[in-house]
Formats: sequence, structure tokens, C-alpha cells
Amino acid sequence: MTMNAILQVLVFFVVLLALAKPLGWYMARVYEGKPCGLDRFLGLVERALYRLCGVRPTDEMDWKRYGMAMLLFNAVGFLFLYGLQRLQDLLPLNPANFGAIPPDLAFNTAASFVTNTNWQAYGGESTLSYLTQMLGLTVQNFVSAATGMAVLVALIRGLSRSTSTTLGNFWSDLVRSTLYILLPLALLWSVLLVSQGVVQTFDSYQTATLLQPVPNEQGNSKIEPTEQVLAVGPAASQIAIKQLGTNGGGFFNVNSSHPFENATPLSNFLECLALLLIPASFCYTFGMMVGDTRQGWALLAAMTILLLPFVTIGVSAEQSGNPLLAHAGANQQAQADQPGGNMEGKETRFGITGSALWSAATTAASNGSVNSMHDSYTPLGGLVPLFLMQFGEVVFGGVGSGLYGMIVFAIIAVFIAGLMVGRTPEYLGKKIEPYEMKMASLLILIMPIVVLGLTAIASVTTAGTASILNPGPHGLSEILYAYTSQGNNNGSAFAGLNVNTPFYNLTGGIAMLISRFWPAIPLLALAGSLARKKLVPIGSGTLPTHTPLFVVLLIGVVVMVGALTFLPALALGPIVEELIMRRQ
Amino acid sequence: MKDQLRPALTMVLLLTVLTGLIYPLTVTGLAQLFFPDQANGSLIVQDGKVLGSKLIGQHFDKPEYFWSRPSATAPFPYNAAASGGSNLGPTNQVLIDAVKARVATLRAVDPGNDLPIPVDLVTSSGSGLDPHISPAAALYQAKRVARARGLDENSVLTLVNKHTEGRQFGVLGEPRVNVLELNLALDALKDAVTSPERSRS
Repeated sequence: MTMNAILQVLVFFVVLLALAKPLGWYMARVYEGKPCGLDRFLGLVERALYRLCGVRPTDEMDWKRYGMAMLLFNAVGFLFLYGLQRLQDLLPLNPANFGAIPPDLAFNTAASFVTNTNWQAYGGESTLSYLTQMLGLTVQNFVSAATGMAVLVALIRGLSRSTSTTLGNFWSDLVRSTLYILLPLALLWSVLLVSQGVVQTFDSYQTATLLQPVPNEQGNSKIEPTEQVLAVGPAASQIAIKQLGTNGGGFFNVNSSHPFENATPLSNFLECLALLLIPASFCYTFGMMVGDTRQGWALLAAMTILLLPFVTIGVSAEQSGNPLLAHAGANQQAQADQPGGNMEGKETRFGITGSALWSAATTAASNGSVNSMHDSYTPLGGLVPLFLMQFGEVVFGGVGSGLYGMIVFAIIAVFIAGLMVGRTPEYLGKKIEPYEMKMASLLILIMPIVVLGLTAIASVTTAGTASILNPGPHGLSEILYAYTSQGNNNGSAFAGLNVNTPFYNLTGGIAMLISRFWPAIPLLALAGSLARKKLVPIGSGTLPTHTPLFVVLLIGVVVMVGALTFLPALALGPIVEELIMRRQ
Repeated sequence: MKDQLRPALTMVLLLTVLTGLIYPLTVTGLAQLFFPDQANGSLIVQDGKVLGSKLIGQHFDKPEYFWSRPSATAPFPYNAAASGGSNLGPTNQVLIDAVKARVATLRAVDPGNDLPIPVDLVTSSGSGLDPHISPAAALYQAKRVARARGLDENSVLTLVNKHTEGRQFGVLGEPRVNVLELNLALDALKDAVTSPERSRS
């Protein structure tokens, strides 16, 4: 890594960790129903929402009721988004006159946005109307994030309450997450992004006269374009929330590598920061709500320690470049006046560091937005985002969902430690018993089954392999990446794979729905069971869960129980390809 | 379950209004009020004609212009209505052959230039719309542009330097040169030399 690369990574993590405490403190106040400042202005809106929906925010729900409300809300949102896409040609705000979205693509996109995955099988500026982007995608960016946050808060209440049958009110958690956390942050981020050049307009596409006509080599027509149609739109408002809500579905086809979506190195920094901001801050919120902030710091430490080596590997692999391009005559040396390295699929303004740091952050968090094309990374550089997703999106992870996954791993870690010394394991004063372990195991097993199962099917069927762009082991990496991304609700892609086919749209859509909503049920059951338990006082045999020792244990469990499942598949994809590339 | 159906339906509708209408409209209002230039695409307008955007690159292959990075957009390069990268994998022969061909083209149009060819000049960007090249890539082309325009190399280099942006705050991103702005400046220079009486607004 160059000196500047180290500096850029360092600045990023310092700013991120410095913001975790104040934002985490604020979010804890929001969820504990304490005054948070904004309620003075927005309390009116909050109460009006409850009244119109016939909801009493003080009505406590048990885990089944909480889960039912969550599922119903998401089912309605899914149908709404599906309908909106199917009918967009008949609806207003469609200046480019795009037609209705075909059923398989509409199903995939609806599943994608409701599950907080934001996998894009479509090209934004060439398929979706402004109305679909706003009423459909932007809305789900908010509420799918708020759903994850609500489920996490329910789990935290399960851990902090004693002999209680209830976990809070889903509607209240949903509204407060949206109104007091996501909306204000998104508003601030949008304006900052616009100041850097990210577009926000309802005008139709602009046309520019080119300085030099473009020779048109592709196709049979001899037309030489003399004009450039500049796709614009209300992008900044959607980009701010797609980053903050770990959604990742961009306004434009190439996501945050598009200059209108990510205009300068500063906008890149802000967008990259936004995608880890809430997941990091939630660790502090968790600590506050369970009455011991050290517990939150321990989880945040584990996440950061897991992420840092991958950032280093990714930046170094991309900076060292592609030996095959060097043979072809390209100079990949990093110099004061050029970034060097593997620049295929990367933007000049971000260079290697800004791109590789993002690729690690976006897959550690289940964000999935990209500012460079992961498919064109060196094999090792591409392994980083793939492997980070295979951790089950618990290294920061999605807003809410990342931390609830990590808490489940913490429960498994205390269980394993308990087995070693022969004591009943406890976490935060709650006894961990067979029922909790069954739910935790269910949660952890679903994802690898979905990902590896579907990858296997796609690798041996023509419907699956016909979509591959890059031959050889890289083709397997493309398929594995596609299902890993959807099966973990990430949404980034090795975009060479043509996924807009009925086969990929349907299998991917199902993978996204299963891996989002299936784990949520055992998780809420776990929360309900924990809430009913008494808090046992800390004894001499209790394993403290805020110490460096526990952080190491937790990291070990995440790596061994979670990620190692995927090693054989990785060996056949990126690892083989790296060896092939180095051989020449 | 039934009693949760009403809140589910109304909540979707109300939150749609709040986050899908009120929120983007508020952002648009603020953006158009405080940053109208950026919000509308940072357009370069001369004599009432839109010549492009500062943020979106254009394709150049005439020797008298600085060339942008290769673009993988379809059906023609730098199609700003359909962004796209090549997505070619690192060991894909198509990528290797494309890079070789680009190196050969650059060498053929500029015989005698034996500076190393910067990687960004022969690889396609992520968006296919990258407005920038590295300063090294501009430096590599300076001699060719000067010769094609009958200009002194130093005056071209001065222009390149003028259009080189450093890292933001000295730390973030990479140094870069905006190709369209540089080429516009070159044309303005030519106009000033050949027809000093004609002023350009």
C-alpha cells in the first residue's frame, strides 16, 4: 500500500469510529422513547401517523404479533412495488417513456428492494421511470432499512428485559426509525452530495452537442452520433438513503461509479462513510440499551478487526495490478501523477484506494452499492468482497440485520465457551439453553444452504451457465457471487453475469426473500424466549463478554462457523484464477 | 392478524407519501435553491449551446485532442444514457487483446514517443463515462497534441497543468485531468491564435 492509501483508509476509520458514539447515543434515546430533539418538530407527524393507522404505540406486542406485523407490512410493500413496476407505462413522471417491467424482472426487483438487498437486474436510467424510482425504490430504501432496525431493537429488548412476554411495538419502532433516524440523515447527506455534483432534478434528459462525433463501430448502422444524451433525474435523494440504509440500489446502471451519482472524491468518502455509519453506531446503541456500553464496544471491535485485514488485502491486490496487462504494455506503477494498479472498471477520481476500500466496506455492510466493477478486479481483489459477504453479513452488516446476526454469533460463542468449561452459558445475564441454540443454529444454517444450493444448480444447468460472460474459473466466481450476494441481502454483483433472465430473476428473488424473512422468524422467537427469562446476577463462573479475550473468541467463531463453509467453493473460483494469472 | 392488516396497508401508503414524495421534493427544492448548477448536471454551456457536462466524459480519437479513457458503453462509447463497464475478468483474453490493441493504436499515432503508457489510458472505466485521465496520461499525449495543432509543447503542458486537479483536501481520491475541459481550452487557444479579433464568450 502507498502512503496515501494508508492515510485514506486511516482517515476513513477514524471518522467512522468517532461518529459511532454520538449517533449511537442518539439512536438509543429514539428507541427508548426519550426526547431526542427532533421529536419537538416531528412529534406531530409521528402522532398523526399513529392516529391515521389506528395504532397505539404503547401497545406492547409479543414476538409472534411483532413478527406478524413485520411480515404483513413487508408483504403489502412487496405487492405495491410489484404493481408500480408493472403499470409504470400508464403512470405519470415517466419522461423517457419506459414501458412496463416484465413480470420476472418486476418480481426480482420487488423482492430485492423489500429485502434490503437491492440487487439490480435492471439498468436504472434505461428501464425505470422517475415515479418508480421515487415511490417504489426510494420508499423501500427507507422502510426495508427501518424493518431491519425494528427487528434488532426487538432482540435488544429481549436481552435487556426480565420476565417479560413482550418486545415493544413494531409500528412505533418502524415509524421512529424512519422519522427520527433515517429521514434527517438522508436529508443532510442528499444536500451534501448535491453540493459535490450529484444530480437532483425532475427535468427530462439533457442533450449536449459533442466536440467530436463518435465513430460508431458497433452494429450495422453508419450513424455517427454528434450528440450526447445526458441521463439525469432525482438521484441524490435516493443515493443518500441507499447508502445510509445499507440498500445499495443505484439510480443509474453502474451505481456509484456514475459521475452523476458519485461526483468527487469527497462525495465518494461521504457515501462510503454512510454505508457503515448506522451499523457501527448501532453497536453503541446496543450497549446503552443493555446497560453496559462495553458490550457494544466489544462487538464493534470484533467487526473492525475482521474488516481491516480485508481492506488491506483488497487495496494491495488491486494496487499490485494485473501481470497480464503489464505484458500487454500498460504501466501499472503507482506514481505521483497516476494511480497505477488494476484500473479496468475503476474511475480515475477514486483510483485504487477509493475503489478497493469501498468494495470491502460495501460487502462487509450488506450494502452492495459499487463504485467500481468487482467483476474486473484481480482474482484476489475480487475474493475480498465475495468472502466478506460469506461471513453472513455480520461484519457491520445491514442496518439492524448485521448487528442481530452478530449478537447471534455472540450467543454461539458463549455457548461454545460454556461447553469447554462445562457450565451453563450466559449472555448478558440470560441463560442460553437448548431452545435458544436451536433458533441460533437455524439462523446460521439457512444462508449457506441457499447460497451453495443455488450455485450448484446454476453451475450444472444451461439456464445458469448461458449467462456467464467470463470463461473458466471466473465464470464460477460470477455465479457464486450472484447467489452469495442475493442470499445475504447484499446486492453487489460480478456484473458480467447476465442476470436479467427468468432463471436468475426467479431463483435470485426466492433466495433474497428466504434469507431475509426466514431468519427473522427464529430471531424474533429467540428474542421472545430471552425476554421471558430472569436476569441472573453475574457470578464468578460467568464469562465476561466485553473483554479482548471474548472479542478474539467471537472472531474465531464467526470465521470458523460462518465463513469456512465457503472455502471449497472459493478454491474453485477466485483462488484457482489467481494461480492461473500469476503463472504467466 | 386481521387487526394488523389496516396498519400495514395505511402505513405503506403514508410512508410512501412521506419518503417517496415529500422527501425527494424537499431535497429537490433545497438542491435547486442552493446548488442549481450541480443539481442539473454541471453543464458546460457556451453561446447558449450545451457542450456537455463537467462530470461526463466524451469520446475523442482525433490526434489534435486529448483522448479520454476507453469506454465500454453500448452501442457507442460515452453513451451517457446507458452507463456501463466492460465487466471483463482479469484473465479474460478479450480484455488482454483489447488492451494490446489500444497500446498499439496509441503507439501508431505517436511514433517516437517511448514514454510508458499509463494503465488508465488503456483500460475502460467503471461507468464508461469517466471524465478524467491521470496527469501521466495527459503528459503522455501532450507531444502528439502539440504536433497535430502546430503548437509549442510547453504551451500545451501549461494548459495541462492548469487543468490538473490534485487530491481533494490533499488526501482523498487521485490527481486527475478533466479531458473535455482541457480540449475546450485547447480549441479556445487555437481560436485566439488564428483569429485574435473574434472574441469568444
